[in-house]
Amino acid sequence: MTDVTPETTSYLAPAEVEDVELYHPKSFVTKYIWSQDAKVIAIQYAVTAIAIGLVALVLSWMMRLQLGFPDTFSFISPEAYLQLITMHGMIMVIYLLTALFLGGFGNYLIPLMVGARDMVFPYVNMLSYWVYLLAVLVLVASFFVPGGSTGAGWTLYPPQAILAGTPGQSYGIILMLASLALFIIGFTMGGLNYVVTVLQARTRGMTLMRMPLTVWGIFVATILALLAFPALFVGAVMMMFDRLLGTSFFMPQIVEFGESLKYGGGSPILFQHLFWFFGHPEVYIVALPGFGIVSDLLSVHARKNIFGYRMMVWAIVVIGGLSFVVWAHHMYVSGMNPYFGFFFATSTLIIAVPTAIKVYNWVLTLWRGNIHLTLPMLFAIAFIITFVNGGITGLFLGNVVVDVPLSDTMFVVAHFHMVMGVAPILVIFGAIYHWYPLMSGRMLNQAMGHFHFWVTFIGAYLIYFPMHYLGFIGVPRRYYAIGETEFIPLSAATLNEFITVAALIVGLAQVVFIFNLVWSLFKGEKSVKNPWRATSLEWQTPQMPPAHGNWGKELPVVYRWAYDYSVPGAAEDFLPQNLAPDQVAIAKGHEASGVRAAAT
Amino acid sequence: MILAFVLVVLVVGSVIFHLLSPWWWTPIASNWDYIDHTITITFWITGVVFVAIGLFMAYCVFRFRHQEGTRAAYEPENKRLEWWLTVVTTLGVAGMLTPGLFVWNQFITVPKEADVIEVMAQQWQFSFRLPGKDGVLGTSDTGNVSSENPFGLNPNDPNGQDDVLIEAQDLHLPLNRPVKVLLRSVDTLHNFYVPQFRAKMDMVPGMVTYFWFTPTRTGTFESICAELCGTGHYTMRAVVVVDEDSAYQTWLQEQSTFKQALAKNRNSTGSKLSLALSKRQTGSADSVYGVIPPKRNSLRN
Ligand code: HEM
Ligand SMILES: [Cu+2]
Ligand SMILES: [Cu+2]
Repeated sequence: MTDVTPETTSYLAPAEVEDVELYHPKSFVTKYIWSQDAKVIAIQYAVTAIAIGLVALVLSWMMRLQLGFPDTFSFISPEAYLQLITMHGMIMVIYLLTALFLGGFGNYLIPLMVGARDMVFPYVNMLSYWVYLLAVLVLVASFFVPGGSTGAGWTLYPPQAILAGTPGQSYGIILMLASLALFIIGFTMGGLNYVVTVLQARTRGMTLMRMPLTVWGIFVATILALLAFPALFVGAVMMMFDRLLGTSFFMPQIVEFGESLKYGGGSPILFQHLFWFFGHPEVYIVALPGFGIVSDLLSVHARKNIFGYRMMVWAIVVIGGLSFVVWAHHMYVSGMNPYFGFFFATSTLIIAVPTAIKVYNWVLTLWRGNIHLTLPMLFAIAFIITFVNGGITGLFLGNVVVDVPLSDTMFVVAHFHMVMGVAPILVIFGAIYHWYPLMSGRMLNQAMGHFHFWVTFIGAYLIYFPMHYLGFIGVPRRYYAIGETEFIPLSAATLNEFITVAALIVGLAQVVFIFNLVWSLFKGEKSVKNPWRATSLEWQTPQMPPAHGNWGKELPVVYRWAYDYSVPGAAEDFLPQNLAPDQVAIAKGHEASGVRAAAT
Repeated sequence: MILAFVLVVLVVGSVIFHLLSPWWWTPIASNWDYIDHTITITFWITGVVFVAIGLFMAYCVFRFRHQEGTRAAYEPENKRLEWWLTVVTTLGVAGMLTPGLFVWNQFITVPKEADVIEVMAQQWQFSFRLPGKDGVLGTSDTGNVSSENPFGLNPNDPNGQDDVLIEAQDLHLPLNRPVKVLLRSVDTLHNFYVPQFRAKMDMVPGMVTYFWFTPTRTGTFESICAELCGTGHYTMRAVVVVDEDSAYQTWLQEQSTFKQALAKNRNSTGSKLSLALSKRQTGSADSVYGVIPPKRNSLRN
């Protein structure tokens, strides 16, 4: 098994694909706007995703104000509340997290990390971004049409999504479905690029089992997305037909407010199956890139190889595969055949095993490491504890009978925010602090960074940890106001006020972060090359930030895995992937034995 | 250093919060304490894991923080440790899943002697139907729904004539008798949920769904809708009263049957429900939300 880590080899297979000639932009427009350079496209994706994400953040403030202080804000009506949660949820999951992880980090890091000059289909890659932007604009337009955006909840369940009792029935829902269809089209163009680039454009010596886990995570997540999004796409198209053409895919016979509608024979549960066949893998589309990135952050900043690399790769692949057979755990109380519960509870709890292995390997990477508590490291550790907390409550909800009292309560809201809201966002922050110098040539400001970290980490925990207990009481989700309810104690209102205050503070800390991003671009301390002393290829380019084409005249040649940190006998505590074995400087006193890894 | 401290505080604080906070599940009023037991088991297993991982990380951050001249260990894998952890995790997962599936089997297996009742949902209220003297619910169809026949019962089905209809009022249930709740909706998804009974299930137009439970203490309980059903979702409530048998019989005598209701509706202005419906029909096209119950304060009385 010559291609298996962590051995270094001196024999390298010849390149299978010839070096490519790239399109060289001639004007400002082709360089920065209609750009075909994956790095520019990445920044375009990231800026758009963060901008629309900020909208979703502001929406969450309004929701929290309503929940914490009901009867106070007259501009938040029951209709508006439903529109807020729907747009907030959809934007966060799809237009922020999916776009930022895959379109943003995927575009920036895949070509650099595998030693390619660019994505294999740069033109399609460019189109991908512009279709995504169009999807975002259509979504934003739905705020302004008569009747406003849809208030169907981010799950868009019919019949309610297209009935008169739900806000946004006239135009909002149509624009939402259209925007989702556009997003999927745009994503598919990018996604095919990411997969083919990883499979075909790796440089000499970069075997699959030498790729950084970041690339593995994004790669598998993209495959999941390519297989899962079509289910949402057909669901959206079919619902669009039901709404516009009067078909009845999802619409049974209905009497609404005394009026008999012209539908009949369709199945609302069919839509739920389509939605969650997409929706559950979507959780992992957001989680797997996060898993990969956090593995690399931990390894670099603890100066230690990631523990159990092969296990980590297999865990990603197994989790990705299993994530397609657990979808109906979102439907335990949907009225589907109750015998499905046995199967889906079992498959869901099985996923916990590879997921737990990943967690163990992260903490074992810290064990006997040389831990530098840099900002990326702080966020990575905060991610682990947040993710463990959120993963654990997933074991409650996955265990079918436990889900019965808890589903559709605030327990669910707390659970998914911990595991797919806060945790991936913490990774994104860590990743931005880590790769900002590579992208801009400057470091982010430390003081602002520490402020941002502590407020976000502790604040988010204070928001969501107590929220689980509201769910135990029985406080339902998607409630504009809970009013006086027999089983809800008055103290729950106090807790809601506390959560709202915490949420507003966390929200304001993000303003500091955005300010830091912009300020450091001009005023930040200039970064040295490879400031974290990392081994992976993206830091080994001739220029920093990497220039068009990434690698100058010659593509790099890879001799080792991405995790040669603190190798016994080597003078430096990191050996870049493209450092030839005969170039490795030997530490004093080790001249006779040489470098262990390099000698095998 | 601060981080190690914060991690310890976070872990210990979470445990203390769990033990001391006033927020916990509402006191149970049904046979589903099995569900509570499964949750307790899950809490123990996952709690131990959470505390162990949190404290271990705090220790690592403290013990292996960067110091001048130190270097990390080099250990790519450790097969034995990895297998060992996998096996222990698998056992823990099995320890939660086994009781869970066992209780789920009980949850979906309705005892033969269970009484059958029906809950019908529409935007935004619950109504109830009892089988009447013959013990059998008559058939129904969304297509039959009209202001005279808001439940959409089949007027020609003899089983339905004596069905007891409880429209937009409190439901009473006898104590300690298992009851199978059939769930139906005429417009969109809803969900019938009483936290003290621990059971819930969606109501889906075009289908009949069910759950069962046995009320184990008397009292008045509030039920809420737990599946988003449009603007009035948050106002959709009902009251379930669990009675001793004698009180239950007294209440039952006062209710009217489908046959009686049909006759009455034909002669008078119609039921409460059909009033709401006709208001909607006369409203102008864009006052779609005209039937939304007023805001919370006035709503609750
Ligand atoms: C500090 C930041 C955030 C706050 C304060 C916040 C707050 C909220 C609130 C109050 C709700 C509505 C709960 C209800 O009434 O049912 C909600 C729903 C939701 N949030 Fe967040 N959220 C935040 C960040 C995120 C992030 C990062 C994600 C990304 C996954 C996310 C995804 C969702 C989803 C999917 C829903 C469900 C929407 C629905 O019920 O249809 N949120 N959030
Ligand atoms: Cu899922
Ligand atoms: Cu509802």
